[in-house]
Amino acid sequence: MTYRGKAHKVGSNIDTDAIIPARFLVTTDPQELGANCMEGLEPGWISRVKSGDIMVAGPNFGCGSSREHAPIALKGAGLPVVVAHSFARIFYRNGFNMGLILLEVGDAVDRLGDGHDLEVDAEAGKIVNHTTGETVQCMPVPAFMAEILAAGGLVGYAKARLAAQG
Amino acid sequence: MPFTVAEKILQAHSPEEVKGPGQIVRCTVDMVLANDITAPLAIKSFAAMGAQKVFHTNKVALVCDHFTPNKDIASAEQVRVVREFAQKMGVTHYYEGGDCGVEHALLPETGMVGPGDVVVGADSHTCTYGGLGAFATGMGSTDVAAAMALGETWFKVPPTIKVQIDGELPEYVGAKDLILELIGRIGVAGALYKALEFAGSTVSALSVEGRMTMANMAIEAGGKAGLFTADQKAMDYAKAAGHANPRSFAADPGAAYERVVAIDAGDMSPRVACPHLPENVKPVAEVGQVPIRQAVVGSCTNGRIEDLREAAAVLKGRKVAKGVRLIVLPATPRIWRQAMDEGLFTTFLDAGAVVGPPTCGPCLGGHMGILAAGEVCVATTNRNFKGRMGSLDSFVYLAGPAVAAASAVAGQIIHPAAL
Repeated sequence: MTYRGKAHKVGSNIDTDAIIPARFLVTTDPQELGANCMEGLEPGWISRVKSGDIMVAGPNFGCGSSREHAPIALKGAGLPVVVAHSFARIFYRNGFNMGLILLEVGDAVDRLGDGHDLEVDAEAGKIVNHTTGETVQCMPVPAFMAEILAAGGLVGYAKARLAAQG
Repeated sequence: MPFTVAEKILQAHSPEEVKGPGQIVRCTVDMVLANDITAPLAIKSFAAMGAQKVFHTNKVALVCDHFTPNKDIASAEQVRVVREFAQKMGVTHYYEGGDCGVEHALLPETGMVGPGDVVVGADSHTCTYGGLGAFATGMGSTDVAAAMALGETWFKVPPTIKVQIDGELPEYVGAKDLILELIGRIGVAGALYKALEFAGSTVSALSVEGRMTMANMAIEAGGKAGLFTADQKAMDYAKAAGHANPRSFAADPGAAYERVVAIDAGDMSPRVACPHLPENVKPVAEVGQVPIRQAVVGSCTNGRIEDLREAAAVLKGRKVAKGVRLIVLPATPRIWRQAMDEGLFTTFLDAGAVVGPPTCGPCLGGHMGILAAGEVCVATTNRNFKGRMGSLDSFVYLAGPAVAAASAVAGQIIHPAAL
């Protein structure tokens, strides 16, 4: 599946308090969380986002708390993909579990600028930057995680395991 | 093959042969944890998985500690969801109200977690139990829901960074200063996806509580776990707490470490992490003149009895500066009672501090100590991200209890010896 949208670029060590501050964690509703997404970075930040746009970030995106509300907020805000230099560990697992597409590109993130028109092919691990004409290749999804994705994410995987147990 | 502590504990919980870093292994879990913020999402995922029951009614802990005592209607509704789930599933370890404390202080002191356990929790500071010699790590709600249903989870075996700390701690220097020093050196992504393993004479001399303070902040370096080998002290602590089956795992000679970081503790002075990242660490003397509006002593990092004693020792016979709020939150009811029985509350109240209930409250900007624009807080908590404790235009400095208490007295960040 490919995703095409405008890049919104943020910096290094964007923490989960920036993605969704704790005061908004009194709900599990994706739309409500999405409406307050990135409110801890800059009030009203999310108003620049059109559904289908792509988040681009520096190193250690999603550091801090384990709140699954962070990937849910990003998805709820209409950002289906995050391309980052690297991800914090808990956020990376959470992203996969919530069906948020995460691509780790290392230093190549410097070639993806704010406002650029990006096309992401998650399976091929490829990002085409239509603004510059460049292509960035990503790390492939680890095999075990691909298995979980194939089972419909962790919920589907656990469901199948539980069903097998009877 | 010689193993690190992380590899040994994972091997003891997996039928697969552990071969080394990068390998994915499935492990059984000894305790699964969620709180009032993360459990509601876990319960949603649990239902979506079609799960009918938790894998073990004694091995799931639901601790409502973040927004409790419930700060508003929405948080009360979330706690209700958790309570009803706990009742329906017959979960033994459900906490709210007078038996509830900050989860990472409550679980060790009641023997729910201990040496050699594998623990997963929907809270990033689950790594605290590494101080006891457990492989413990934070995950999201859905991972935790799967662990609640299946009694197992998967891990990528982490590479390990060994942190060798030797030397005798100078006065006013403690566990918090050691972990801040490490984070300052390796950075907030310095241990990304990795385990930290602590060793050395300083670490051996530390109390189990101090070790938990250090393991607690492994996540602030991006780490998956912060591990100590359970020595006699840790085994005694776990047995006294009522843990049924503590097991000690030590690294093998020749175990493979990605790198070794050596710290000379004898040379250290108290450390402070300046806004807005835990890696902005300086000796307290180099922070400059920073007037404060609030000081907080508490949290899963520094809300234990030793921390309260350390703060009280500095506050004894002194007054909190005019215009400064000092908020003291003992982390559990047991710690609260102990502090009361030891007379620490008299010291706190005489100094002009506020003593509150056990709660995570202000640490995450939840309640009971929120900052307005321009306000500066020195806190014994674990994160100083922008806006973490309130306004996006507020400032949080992280320090140990002695520095926090001294700063409350001075009205600015200060070395306790300079009072």
